Order: sequence, then C-alpha cells, then structure tokens
Amino acid sequence: MDFILTIIEQGLIYGILALGVYITYKILDFPDLTVDGSFPMGAAVTAALIKAGVNAYLTLPIAFFAGALAGVCTGLIHVKFKVRDLLSGIIMMTGLYTINLKIAGTNNVPLFSQETIFKNEFLEGIFGGTIPAYVKIVMILIIAAVSKILLDLYLKTKSGYLLRAVGDNENLVTSLAKDKGNVKILGLAIANGLVALSGCVFAQEQKVFDISSGVGSIVLGLASVIIGISLFGKISVMKATTAVILGSILYKACVAAAIKFFDPTSMKLITAVLFLAVLIISMDRKKKVKKSA
Amino acid sequence: MLELKNIHKFYNPGTINEMCLFENFNLSVPTGQFVSVVGSNGSGKTSLLNLICGSIELDGGQVLIDGKDIAKQKEYQRQKYIGRVYQNPAMGTCPQMTILENMSLADNKGKFFGLKRGTEKARIEFYRENLRQLGLGLEDKMDIRVGALSGGQRQAMALLMSTMTPIDFLILDEHTAALDPKTADLIMELTDKIVREKQLTTIMVTHNLRYAVEYGDRLLMMHQGQAVLDAAGEEKKKIQIDDILERFNEISIECGN
Repeated sequence: MDFILTIIEQGLIYGILALGVYITYKILDFPDLTVDGSFPMGAAVTAALIKAGVNAYLTLPIAFFAGALAGVCTGLIHVKFKVRDLLSGIIMMTGLYTINLKIAGTNNVPLFSQETIFKNEFLEGIFGGTIPAYVKIVMILIIAAVSKILLDLYLKTKSGYLLRAVGDNENLVTSLAKDKGNVKILGLAIANGLVALSGCVFAQEQKVFDISSGVGSIVLGLASVIIGISLFGKISVMKATTAVILGSILYKACVAAAIKFFDPTSMKLITAVLFLAVLIISMDRKKKVKKSA
Repeated sequence: MLELKNIHKFYNPGTINEMCLFENFNLSVPTGQFVSVVGSNGSGKTSLLNLICGSIELDGGQVLIDGKDIAKQKEYQRQKYIGRVYQNPAMGTCPQMTILENMSLADNKGKFFGLKRGTEKARIEFYRENLRQLGLGLEDKMDIRVGALSGGQRQAMALLMSTMTPIDFLILDEHTAALDPKTADLIMELTDKIVREKQLTTIMVTHNLRYAVEYGDRLLMMHQGQAVLDAAGEEKKKIQIDDILERFNEISIECGN
C-alpha cells in the first residue's frame, strides 16, 4: 500500500512538472531543456528559504517565480539572440547548475528538522500533535489540482488563446499585430514556473535538496506528456492537462515496477529506456523528426 | 493612400549572385482602390507585398501610409492596419483551434490579449452570422477544429478573419492559387463582396489573368521589378484577357521562358 501511495505522490508532484512540459512541448512546440535546471532551481530556492526560516507555504509562489524567471531567460536567448530552441535550453540548463549551487549553498541540503508544507506547527495544531499520513497526499493533490485548474482557466483566456496560436501557427500571431517572440517568452515563463513549483514540492516531500535531482527531469516530463496524451488524449471529456498528470503517475509506476527487478543505480537507465519505449509505441516521434530534418 | 517611393531592393547583396529587383520603383494606390497585380515568376509581385507588410526589409526608399513612413515599423506592428491572406490556406488560421476560437482571436486583433475569457459569449451570434455569409455551412460546426476543414473552407475563414476588424489595407497573395477552379471562383467572388462592402484598399497578386481582368479597378503587370502595364478606371474596363495574354507572352519571351 505504501508502495502505491508513494507512486501516486511522486506521480502527482512530477505531474506539475509535466504540466509545464505540456506547455512547451505540446502547445509551443518548443523542446525546452531548461527543465533540467529549473526543476532543481525550485528545490534550491525552497531549501534556501526554509533554512532562512521563511514560511513553507510561501516557498510555493516564490519557487514558481524563480522558475518563471529562468524561463524568461531561455525565451530571451531564443527570441532576441536568435539561438535555436534546443541550444537555448541547453545553455540555461548548464548555467543554472551553478546558480542552483549558489542559491542552496551546497550540493545537498537536508531539511529533515525543518518545517515544510507537510509538517509544520499549523498542521500539528489542527490535528493535535501528530499529523496523519494521508495529509501529505491530500496536500500534493490540492497543489497539483490547483495548478491544473488554473492552467485550464488560463488557456481559455485571450492571452491563453494567443499562446496556443503561437505554437500552432505563429504567422497568425503576427497577423494579429502581436509580437510572437513575447508570446513565446510568456509561455516559457509559465512552463518553467510550473516546473520549479514541482521541484519545490519535491524537495519538501523528500525533505532534502539535492543538486542531482534535476537530471533527467525533462525525460520524465516528456514521457508523462506523451503517455498521457496518447493513452488518454482520445477521451474527449478528459482535458489534456488531466491526461498529462495521469501519464505522469503511470510513468512513475512503470519506473517503480521496473526498479524492483534492478538495483536503484539503474534508475536513470530505466527512465531512459522506458521513454524510448513510449516514443516507439506512441509514434509521436515521427512528426518531430520530420520537422527537424 | 498607400505610396511606395524610390524603392530599392537587392537580393544577395555583395555576392556574385547579387540581383537588383527594384530600383527606384514607385507606386501609389489611392484609398479604396482594388489593384490586381499579374506578372511572371520572379517579377517582384510577392516581394512587393512583402515589402509593404514588412516581411522583408527595404534597401532604400519609403513606404508611406497616408503620408506616414512605416518602413521602420516591424512586421507585426504594421499588421495593425493590414490584413493579409496567403497562398497557403494553412497560413491564415490555427489548425488545432476550433472555428469559434479562431474567430475570437481574429476579433480581438488590435486589442489587448489579457485574462478575459477568450471567447466572448455575446459575440458568438455575430461570428455565426459572419460564417453564414460564406455559405459553406461552417456556422453549424463552430466547435470543430479548423484543421479538419478543406483548403477552400480554410481560405474562406482566413479571408473572413483578416477582414473582421477595421483595417486600411487588404493584401491578397495569390490567395486562390492553391484551390480547385470552382472553389477559387467562390473565394474570388467572396473577396470582391467583402472588398466592396468594407471599401477596402486592396492589392491582389494573382496568376489568374481572368481574375485580374474581371475584378479590381486597376491592373498592374510586373516585369523585372517594373510595372510594364498600369491601367485604371475606364482603360482597365476595356482590357480583355487576350490583350494582357499577348503582353504577357512578350515579356516571357524576353525572359527566355
């Protein structure tokens, strides 16, 4: 039971990351590798803030804005300096490694004795001393659901329409007398904000910040998006954002199941091989390969 | 009034392939005029449109709208007063978005794209009425994706979307070239209707000499960056297809085509 609960918890946390990747990969059609840097950035900001005694709940919006800032930088590199999308992300991802180290102070910051969104005086007050185990998953569920609902609502606004249009046919955005570059920057900001928010929750769930936590997070996010959209995307009542979060849980479950048969050091290899399997099965790769050729 | 003054445009400057397309090219289009432009490939028709819209940069000269030089403005800034329909029907619409969403986007051109609801409920009837006028039955399927429509239907939508908000100029870039003859006729009639109704100043590039003769108040034939034929008003009305076909053959032979 604990095993399944952990999968759902982590699946939901990475589901928030997947929402961000959904924006860049599916809506903007921008393969954004910044994710590998903005995910640990959310965690690093959180660790630094919690160490400094800031209220744990405040770390959520602050981490979001930190990630958004990283997204804006990637966008500026791509739009203003005309660097290719993939390279812009790689530049930011590499640079963020050092920045994350500077923010956190060191490559590993334990938060075991600190107050987090899951364990603090406020919650202890409500439940009278000991916080029940289910609080954690409920809290994660709330954060993931709120992120999803806000994103859904945003995509239905005029600004959200424009964001969808720029990935679909950027020429039309120009026709509407709007600068397509600015729209892309905005999209990257929201996407990386969500990714950093995911990193923020992750660090508090793991009770530790680790600089290596970001490695492979783009793969995780892409796999979640592709699994989610190809498995659940056909269900018309289900929104793509819901599908993406379910995809994340499913992918986490696959990785967790696979890891039972191998030792934990094989984790990243399993992640990568499973991603490849997902790509081959979903046929999603075809369009992308053709485009970049 | 749209004026092009002393336009210079070179391709591949500084290389062995340097080619001068426009040298001291001048053109003025009075407000409300519908100009048809014909000419062989490489004669500068599309470059002319791109220079007006800002898709390519000028090497010299001025583009004036009502006396104001817009040559320094970026492409997207100029689109505030320009509507453009492209040869490729996919260019004017968003395939992944529904008809209704596409109409809503076009309706908000020139306004702020903020956090208000993307589709204003009060406007839906207006969109439906607009779509009904196309006579393609699109008003009954506003919730389907534009990507599912045929090229002709998409082009009709693109035309509608680009003229939905008040614009000063309509630029038509071979907008019937990718359509079958029957659909092309339909789109052309629709174009004429919209241009007349809204009294738009229009520049239409076409390879269809019949359209160029039948529609518009002025006919321009381009050749090597020059207007070799420019007929407006009564003079334009007298022109028959055979006349311009003959002239067209002459310039083609010069080119060695």
